Amino acid sequence: MSSEFTPTEMMTIAASRALTNDDVCFVGIGAPSAACNVARLTHAPDITLIYESGTIGTRPDVLPLSIGDGELCDTAQFTVSVPEMFRYWLQGGRITTGFLGGAQIDRFANLNTTVVGEYDHPKVRLPGGGGAPEIASNCGQIFITMALTNRGFVDHLDFITSMGHGEGGDHRARLGMKTKGPSRVITDLCILEPDPVTKELTVVSIHQGVSRKQIQDNCGWPIKFATDLIETPAPTDTELLVLRDINARTKKAHEAA
Amino acid sequence: MARLCSLSQAVEENLRDGDSVALEGFTHLIPYAAGHEIIRQGRKELFLIRMTPDIIYDQLIGAGAARGMKFSWGGNPGVGSLHRFRDAVENQWPRPLEIEEHSHAAMANAYEAGAANLPFATLRGYIGADLPKVNANIRDVTCPFTGEVLAAVPSIRPDVSIIHAQRADRQGNVLIEGIIGVQKEAILAAKRSVVTVEEIVDELSPPSSNSVVLPSWAISCVVHVPGGAFPSYAHGYYKRSNSFYIAWDKIARERDSFQAWIRQNVMNGSPEDFLRHIGKAA
Repeated sequence: MSSEFTPTEMMTIAASRALTNDDVCFVGIGAPSAACNVARLTHAPDITLIYESGTIGTRPDVLPLSIGDGELCDTAQFTVSVPEMFRYWLQGGRITTGFLGGAQIDRFANLNTTVVGEYDHPKVRLPGGGGAPEIASNCGQIFITMALTNRGFVDHLDFITSMGHGEGGDHRARLGMKTKGPSRVITDLCILEPDPVTKELTVVSIHQGVSRKQIQDNCGWPIKFATDLIETPAPTDTELLVLRDINARTKKAHEAA
Repeated sequence: MARLCSLSQAVEENLRDGDSVALEGFTHLIPYAAGHEIIRQGRKELFLIRMTPDIIYDQLIGAGAARGMKFSWGGNPGVGSLHRFRDAVENQWPRPLEIEEHSHAAMANAYEAGAANLPFATLRGYIGADLPKVNANIRDVTCPFTGEVLAAVPSIRPDVSIIHAQRADRQGNVLIEGIIGVQKEAILAAKRSVVTVEEIVDELSPPSSNSVVLPSWAISCVVHVPGGAFPSYAHGYYKRSNSFYIAWDKIARERDSFQAWIRQNVMNGSPEDFLRHIGKAA
């Protein structure tokens, strides 16, 4: 593999590899949506992609800008109302995997997309949780993808929009949750997974050409590295081609409309 | 029976200052023309309700029409922040905005409970999340059969719900297709309702006996506003203007450019403008 690739391309492709052909995946908008569709167009052609607007089994030709672009409905197996989406399909336990992004994450993979600063007097008012609080608790497991930066990977979250592993350890189980919660976090520099016991996010795979120092410098807490650390396989020609194609189609479509 | 009338009549007759109002639409079929009419008529002190307040709520908030908002995701989808919403929350401009924030699952359940004439909705939700700490309307209820503790939220019962749909017949029966969101629930949960439509037809001809049809006798007013969902879209009629959603970021970022846009496009505009937006001559 000799092609050059960007850190963001590596992130999207590494994220796409987390998914399998058998997954029924609740797709977040943005980076997760790109990863899920690259998976569908490469190694997981039969994956079921679901967007919270109610579109089930959708196969978009271009990536949606919003969670409810017409493209999603036009290419879906079927489309349901939003109450049905959240009640029967998500709360009903039919979704194996939720794929989320976020503005901020802590070491136990809790996410904040609500506010920076105090809730009543925020420094920055973010869009809010949308579907995330219940996606995080009702899907079989959660994957998260976001770039590794000091602003995003913080020591302390001002607000927990959706719970990952809470305070760590068996916190989810103590709250009665039977689902696994976040099992992988894919960034532009590395892949993290929760420690099996403490649930603290630990670097398990480093992308080509990235140093440990670079990872630590971009993370707001003293980050742990697994003992059996591996290098993330570089994108294949096919993966890069598929990603670049869909990005090019998407750019053209969004500028035209 | 629904009355077929003009948009200005429908808003004037159904929406009063201080009302709670839901202009629903989950990305698709967002009733923009109706939102502009509300701003033009100078409605004040509204309590806005919507799962995904996007640009039209940014406009209502920036224009000073709202005292509060109940919502679950307030952003410009795929683009970023709603700058007028942020300015209201962060800097109280043009006035303070009381917020009641939920998750999508809770809002969807709450609309359904409203349509079902129930006082509250229950869901397995908010576990480990911080919203219940800042929203007194998120509470617990214990299942009388299993003892499981579930989240409870009050049902949504807007004074007025407004939606946009594909078409209506001359009796005011409405057909809605594609991403249908919570529109049916929003209409059935409301005291009064307005539906704007792309087309008025002689025969509604629903494509299936399971099609979503809102009968005339469940709606207050039906209004013919072709293009009325622009820059959102109407499945089968026109596409979402993603380029406008991207352009809005710059328009709304500064108070001056926002106010100039509202003056030109809303205060000096009319429902007929929407026909032009979708590429047809008025």
